[in-house]
Amino acid sequence: MTDLLEAPAPAPIPAPVPAHEEEHHGPTGILKWMTSTDHKVIGLSYTVTSVIMLVIGGIFAEIIRVQLSTPNGSLVSLAQYNELFTMHGSVMIYLFAGPFAFGALANIVVPLQIGAPDMAFPRLNAMSYWLYLFGSITMLSGFFTAGGAANFGWVAYAPLSNSINTPGAGADLWIGGLLLTGFSAIFTGVNLCATVFYLRAPGMTMFRMPIFTWNLMVTAILILLAFPVLTAGLVMLYCDRHFGTHIFSVAGGGVPVLWQHIFWFWGHPEVYILALPFFGMVTEIIAVFSRKPVFGYKGMVFATLSIAALSLGVWAHHMFTTGVVLLPFFSIMSLLIAVPTGIKMFNWIGTMWRGEIWFSTAMLMAIGFLITFLVGGLTGIYLASPPLDFFTHDTYFVVAHFHSIVMALVLGGMAGLYYWGPKITGYLLNETIGKIQFWFLFIGTQVFTIPLYILGLEGMPRRVAMYAHDPQWKLLNDVSTLGAILIGVSTVLFVVNIVVSWKKYPAGDNPWDAHTLEWFTTSPPPHHNFYRLPQIRSERPTWDYNHPGHQAAPHGHHPAPDAVPADEVPVP
Amino acid sequence: MPSFGASPGATSSSRSVFHLWQWFSIGAVIVGGITLLLIIWAVLRYRRKGDNIPKQSQYHVPLETIYTIIPIIIVFALFAGTLVVENKETANPRTNVTIDVLAFQWGWKFTYPGSNALVYGQTTQDPVMEFPVNTNVHINLRSSDVIHGFYVHAFNFSRYALPGVLNQFTIRAQSTGTYFGQCTQLCGLYHSLMWFRVKVVSQSQYHAWLQTFNNPTAEAAAKAAATATKQQLSTLVPSKQTSSHGDN
Repeated sequence: MTDLLEAPAPAPIPAPVPAHEEEHHGPTGILKWMTSTDHKVIGLSYTVTSVIMLVIGGIFAEIIRVQLSTPNGSLVSLAQYNELFTMHGSVMIYLFAGPFAFGALANIVVPLQIGAPDMAFPRLNAMSYWLYLFGSITMLSGFFTAGGAANFGWVAYAPLSNSINTPGAGADLWIGGLLLTGFSAIFTGVNLCATVFYLRAPGMTMFRMPIFTWNLMVTAILILLAFPVLTAGLVMLYCDRHFGTHIFSVAGGGVPVLWQHIFWFWGHPEVYILALPFFGMVTEIIAVFSRKPVFGYKGMVFATLSIAALSLGVWAHHMFTTGVVLLPFFSIMSLLIAVPTGIKMFNWIGTMWRGEIWFSTAMLMAIGFLITFLVGGLTGIYLASPPLDFFTHDTYFVVAHFHSIVMALVLGGMAGLYYWGPKITGYLLNETIGKIQFWFLFIGTQVFTIPLYILGLEGMPRRVAMYAHDPQWKLLNDVSTLGAILIGVSTVLFVVNIVVSWKKYPAGDNPWDAHTLEWFTTSPPPHHNFYRLPQIRSERPTWDYNHPGHQAAPHGHHPAPDAVPADEVPVP
Repeated sequence: MPSFGASPGATSSSRSVFHLWQWFSIGAVIVGGITLLLIIWAVLRYRRKGDNIPKQSQYHVPLETIYTIIPIIIVFALFAGTLVVENKETANPRTNVTIDVLAFQWGWKFTYPGSNALVYGQTTQDPVMEFPVNTNVHINLRSSDVIHGFYVHAFNFSRYALPGVLNQFTIRAQSTGTYFGQCTQLCGLYHSLMWFRVKVVSQSQYHAWLQTFNNPTAEAAAKAAATATKQQLSTLVPSKQTSSHGDN
């Protein structure tokens, strides 16, 4: 800070040039895409790849739903069905939701939000992307092997996943692909931590970081704690399959349930690794479109930290019915997660309260997130109670619960794309098509999930290709399939919107009158992001700059304003 | 009280689970309803009408404290209810009837220690497990290959059949009838078809049913099946005793 004050008079600020023009020595076109270490280019690659994964996983989902629209479903065979739901879950969790959150949007937004020129390790960042891309290709290539893709469910429970029960190469490609994307996640976690810890702009203290950046930092820490465990587990599984170890095999003195412990020790933090970035997106969007600061900012940060802490102690709630875990401990830990999650929900409502809400597509998606997440969150509380878990475990009730959650995340992700897309491309998407897309997605989600809750309570197990024994379940399954088709239409509308709006509606620097630093620079930002930065005296530097005299109302003791005289601090 | 989509089921613990379900649901409806109304109210009431900048309020510590403490109280209430039902459900009281259940790809084998009764069936042949009403029935659940899920909807209960682990639980059915059961844990190709049935009968019918196995053919079959099971499990567990983790 003092360095800045004592610095000589600021050099004249160069006129902003459109992104990457200063890079004219570098390669262009596909070569630029392949060799770039710019976080925005990598982030965009992540975005495109992960949205393609969303579409692939969505196609699997539609096939699954059509199969289940008749009790004796005959669209695909039993073997194909097992491959389809395995790869649907794997693609959506491993290749879409995570990489979209901490690969795509985090990569683009976090350095911009903290006023950094790039990620801390740009080349490591590029490596993360390529590991992710080739990991995805590796996992999906299982479909082209003789035995088909992996078919043991996305959780790959031992001993079903051993070489006797699942001999094919598809399973090995699944393990290999997951190892690669796992390393990609670990490297991104390292990168995000280092970026947030070391590259914050002058004045950007920890408690002036936007909530999105906070959530991504916590996500990155969770990644570093959880993913290595999965990686180790996958190596053990591979050794069991090919090198004759007996880690998960009873015959050699191993313990099959150990796999579940390892998997869920990663898998439950993973739930929050997926969810926290989307919580952060929604927090930013609700605040911006309500024209208010985030209500209970510090409470929000502490809620995020306590969710992360609790999430490391709840893994065995996926294993209540194994009969080999301590039920009360994992029950109370899981129930307690409802408290910080509830705080977040009320903070979101508090942010909208007495605001001036602008119903842009991004805001509609965020409101859709709130309602869908409310349903998924409340049904999750049931599952934290072992007796109720015995009752609903492995039925469609669980499927409905986590689809409410992940569809809420899809709504949040769409909000993020509509909100931050213009920053990275320089162009807005069509709002009318966006709103139609929202209604298809929101209504489709409820029509899709609500029948599944009822089916679960009526006893329909998950991962079944047919329900010939209970043909009366056809009606509810048909309704759910209709919902899935509505969701499919919404995805098509999104693609249509990109095509229709292609370079049509220039965004300008700050189309939403937003709060945070990324909206202070140009859209798209120049190669090293910023030519100048505003004073950073709160978590809303751009808002403070644009609306002097409208700072957040004080609460208790407020730090005295720092004595930086200039409105703008030139980037050294 | 409304059922909230669940049903009381046929056993003493399924009824407790059903009541717990109802209490959880009442909480969920109240909390969810209030939250939903707040969201809808905020969205409709505070839609943008002009270019005003609203008051930039950010903190209200008393309010934030209230919506931290109330959920904690609710959570501990839910946990208390959970403990009561859980302890009831996982208790292993003295039992008169024991059934050994062996799950395998893709079917079930039910044997009754101390008698020749043996029921065995693959996929949709759905073998029928028979036991008397109003009696504590002790189930020893094992798997001979991969993980399976023993699930009877009418009992509001499921438990994994794990290779290398003996899982034990007690069922006390309170009404006679035939109930459908199914494997709920993905176990391979014919997972969708791994069915069974549970037939709860009166004491006298149960004893009459056991009598039907008292002939040389059934005896031989039971002996052969017992040997086969022992072999299957011993290839699975060469040296160690199967461990018991039924309680807690």
